[in-house]
Amino acid sequence: MSAPAMGTAKAAHSEASHKKKKGPGALATAYLVIYNVIMTAGWLVIAVGLVRAYLARGSYHGLYYSIEKPLKFFQTGALLEILHCAVGIVPSSVVLTGFQVMSRVFLTWAVTHSVIEVQSEDSVLLFVMAWTVTEIIRYSFYTFSLLNHLPYVIKWARYTFFIVLYPMGVTGELLTIYAALPYVQKTGLFSVTLPNKYNFSFDYYTFLILTMLSYIPLFPQLYFHMLRQRKKVLGHTQDYSKVE
Amino acid sequence: MKHYEVEILDAKTKDKLCFLDKVEPNATIGEIKSMFHRSHPQFYPARQSIRLDPKGKSLKDEDVLQHLPVGTTATFYFRDLGAQISWVTVFLTEYAGPLVIYLMFYFRVPFIYAPKYDFTTSKHWVVHLACMCHSFHYVKRLLETLFVHRFSHGTMPLRNIFKNCTYYWGFAAWMAYYINHPLYTPPIYGEQQVKLALIIFLFCQIGNFSIHIALRNLRPPGSKTRKIPYPTKNPFTWIFLLVSCPNYTYELGSWLGFTLMTQCLPVAFFTMVGFIQMTVWAKGKHRSYLKEFRDYPTLRSPILPFVL
Repeated sequence: MSAPAMGTAKAAHSEASHKKKKGPGALATAYLVIYNVIMTAGWLVIAVGLVRAYLARGSYHGLYYSIEKPLKFFQTGALLEILHCAVGIVPSSVVLTGFQVMSRVFLTWAVTHSVIEVQSEDSVLLFVMAWTVTEIIRYSFYTFSLLNHLPYVIKWARYTFFIVLYPMGVTGELLTIYAALPYVQKTGLFSVTLPNKYNFSFDYYTFLILTMLSYIPLFPQLYFHMLRQRKKVLGHTQDYSKVE
Repeated sequence: MKHYEVEILDAKTKDKLCFLDKVEPNATIGEIKSMFHRSHPQFYPARQSIRLDPKGKSLKDEDVLQHLPVGTTATFYFRDLGAQISWVTVFLTEYAGPLVIYLMFYFRVPFIYAPKYDFTTSKHWVVHLACMCHSFHYVKRLLETLFVHRFSHGTMPLRNIFKNCTYYWGFAAWMAYYINHPLYTPPIYGEQQVKLALIIFLFCQIGNFSIHIALRNLRPPGSKTRKIPYPTKNPFTWIFLLVSCPNYTYELGSWLGFTLMTQCLPVAFFTMVGFIQMTVWAKGKHRSYLKEFRDYPTLRSPILPFVL
């Protein structure tokens, strides 16, 4: 799904200055700052790439190709975040982070990269834009939080932009998967049929349909969770000063 | 004899829910739960968690009032554990499902495979053998639930039955679909492979049963005592020398045998997932044995000798 670990990582980052907590050591903090800075930069590169390509071509179509490589690189790089949770330098749930990162990586590689015909669809631009803006805000949020200097505007953006970006990203993702269906069915991509010596079969076409259906229960849960987080985090801004 | 007064507060809201006066000093938490149930009929004792501290651990039913660190006016906190269901009910339901479901695939009941295969039987004898083994396994589990196991907890949260049944029933259907499929491919190494697999499977079934009996005999009927299990005269229990939870070790062995017998990837997945879960449980049990018994044998590993 498009909007990643908002609720899960909040404990470390948004409440870092309020709660007495163990937190990552100095070395881990330095590493995380570098990681988050690089990721912020990477997604900025993608954002700039999109804008430049649009201005050069004068149309929205086919912009995927102009940012294909950095998108793959930086989105796949996010797999490190699972490691961060597993090792304990980020206090989020490994399972939740894993799920969120894997769903992004799935869309990037198993759908968009693998089904070439889908790459020229406008729906791809829809989710790429949503991911780009979300990630730039998210990684800069983490960066500033780790440095204990979080400008209120970043916090506000992180807990507000999702209201539009999340549905936008989900729409783009669903439309893209939907566009991939006929090609997957025709070519039997990633599919295994019987008989075979492992007595196993897998129909990627059905799998994609089930994936699309899974958005129905999952999307509202995540979305309302983030709305509740927003109320909690931004709710008491009348009492506290703007820069933490 | 001085009587106690007991007040029960809601652990979250701190509201006074119940006040009991003239409580005997030797009253147990279990008895207090019954008294609380009388004033709050919707909270049957199994769903009550009574603790000394709102965020603390639950007190046990056997704990006696006068031995707890409370004054003559005792304050307890109550937490609702949610709707509960008995372990026996859950086990019977989750095990009956795979038994029935597998047989439906074995007999090729309509709407599973193409209509021309309805009610036909497989031409491979290993498929018949697999059905017998799978059915035997779940019948054994059902009988053990009814006659062998002694449960330390009577109930578990209601939502567990949905979770557990999805797991068991889902995997049973997935495995059964392929093993009983008209296009099923029998094991590569043929009769040799199947015979070896059957030996492993039967050995581990007997082993697993032996452990269940040994564990049952550790505990007198109706009691919840915990003792260190030791090897008995039955050679299948000698594995207790090396492992804390040999029931899980044998269970893994049974499913490895079944995987080898059917040469079916979904069975391998099921075996792996089960192994992961059982390892988690075994490590927990091993840890609580170590905590509870200072003289716990040091040679033992949780589930795999010397390894895990």
